[in-house]
Amino acid sequence: MAKELRLMKGNEAIAEAAIRAGADGYFGYPITPQSEVLEYLMAQKPYERTGMVVLQAESEVAAINMVYGGAACGKKVMTSSSSPGISLKQEGISYMAGAELPCLILNVVRGGPGLGTIQPSQSDYNQSVKGGGHGDYKLVVLAPASVQEMYDFVEKGFALSFKYRTPCLVLADGIIGQMMEKVELSDEKPRWTQEEVIKNSPWATTGKTANRERNIITSLNLESSVQEEHNIHLQKKYKKMEEDVMCEELNCDDAEYLFVAFGSASRICQKAMDVARAKGIKVGLVRPITLSPFPNKILRKYADKVKGMLSVEMNAGQMVEDIRLATQFRTKVEHFGRMGGIIPTPSEVVQALEQKIIGG
Amino acid sequence: MAELTFDQIAKEENLVYKKTSLLTDKAMSYCPGCGHGTAHRILMEVIDEMGYQDKTIGVAPVGCSVLAYEFMNIDVQQAAHGRAPALATAIKRLNPNHFVFTYQGDGDLAAIGTAETIHSINRGENFLIVFINNGIYGMTGGQMAPTTLPNMKASTCPYGRDTSIMGNPLKITELIATLPGAYYVTRQSVHTPAAVRKAKKALKNAFDYQLNRKLGTCFVEIVSNCNSGWKMTPVQANKWMEENMFPFYPLGDIKVPQ
Repeated sequence: MAKELRLMKGNEAIAEAAIRAGADGYFGYPITPQSEVLEYLMAQKPYERTGMVVLQAESEVAAINMVYGGAACGKKVMTSSSSPGISLKQEGISYMAGAELPCLILNVVRGGPGLGTIQPSQSDYNQSVKGGGHGDYKLVVLAPASVQEMYDFVEKGFALSFKYRTPCLVLADGIIGQMMEKVELSDEKPRWTQEEVIKNSPWATTGKTANRERNIITSLNLESSVQEEHNIHLQKKYKKMEEDVMCEELNCDDAEYLFVAFGSASRICQKAMDVARAKGIKVGLVRPITLSPFPNKILRKYADKVKGMLSVEMNAGQMVEDIRLATQFRTKVEHFGRMGGIIPTPSEVVQALEQKIIGG
Repeated sequence: MAELTFDQIAKEENLVYKKTSLLTDKAMSYCPGCGHGTAHRILMEVIDEMGYQDKTIGVAPVGCSVLAYEFMNIDVQQAAHGRAPALATAIKRLNPNHFVFTYQGDGDLAAIGTAETIHSINRGENFLIVFINNGIYGMTGGQMAPTTLPNMKASTCPYGRDTSIMGNPLKITELIATLPGAYYVTRQSVHTPAAVRKAKKALKNAFDYQLNRKLGTCFVEIVSNCNSGWKMTPVQANKWMEENMFPFYPLGDIKVPQ
């Protein structure tokens, strides 16, 4: 059968992917630059196509708590927002991490802090990979660099989030959300039946039957010894997540220098790499696809091989700290970035490589 | 007359009261004299009598009843402060054949969760909200609640609630009764056997309305006491409630199905 191809915005792709992945519910609140997710879903009438529930909540706070309620029933549920809205969701995300609930959260990042700008940025990196809300927890964080990945990461994100019973955050930005690219669509999968829900998530609140104890979903442990045990369990789980590290390595075999970049910035770096190689600079690109778990081992491997790494980010330098930790200061690691919704050009990136790494 | 043995007395036909199996054996964390225990009991009795244990999903709040799930032998989710109706919205929409209820106190429902309360009811979400109103924050130690009466003392209004400074108590039940999505709104109490029977009937009505229908939200307020927070004995607290709470929060149906 011929592949089904479609020209789509990133925000539309993730919405279509949700329907086709058999998602049970989407709960959102409008905010630029990601409102197309909810608009597309409403136009598609997924409640008729697959029975998926789509609801515009009264706030981001309500939306993430609807996601909590649905996830605690063992359903595949998701929400999306942009930076200020994601800040509002942090309480709910922390509760979900504490109660070990799976879900998918899309952040189409815009420049901050505060209301900031509606232009693309990667300034929510730290918030995404270091937890974001209160308490010791981590999310699975996926960073799509194309509209195709916005589509693909729905199914992958749900799978990882159910595997580890922790929320999965797709960290996109205004470019990935708004730009249009060709997308190869997958076949529509049916939603889980209630029998499958109970089988896949025996911990879920599906109604206490005679053959099991009641299921309680909570993040509260008044006994500190019990809470510490729970914390230890969570940390073991986060450690185990490292087996699912995903990372793309381009032109790294002969590289003397590396760009390290995720999402949109990695696309700019691909062009910058071509420009630099045309000038005779042997530069490769390492693109972390999972930002949490972070590809520490892969970066460590290159630390003894290259003369330096330039972390290219659309922020003030956030991932660069994690690269320095991963490479244990065995190679020079510098940051180049633009902020406030400004997108760096490939020539700026090459210039930064020449000045901060090669010449520096 | 010969003395009867225990086994001769403990027969089904002689049974006047039995603890429902939907209440666990866990010792309740509530203060002696508090209405929460009775409210839990009649709620679980209704679910038990209707045979809905396997179809019910409850949502516990943050407040004194944060540990409600310890005492209720059903599936329960514990929500962030004030967000129970948001959880219940998704639970019910994703499980339309289940019975869903939230159990919330006045701080949870009428202060931090006001938006979730009003919007879920305004959408006509088809679940039951049980609202325990005792005019004070019990768990955190007796602070002023949105429903604290004018001049009533609490730890954050130690000289009494001065409405010119602290604002007015919120009659949230009357407010939500005006919303088109509210189907059944009633205010009850559990401080006397007669009141308990009425409150239980109201809860039963609410479950009946939820059965296979999309009628709207049912809202059962239970005006209750907080003898610890009010710094009274249980008997004094019930008397004070009758004399002060009931005139401000009058008992009875506020909105009944036409």
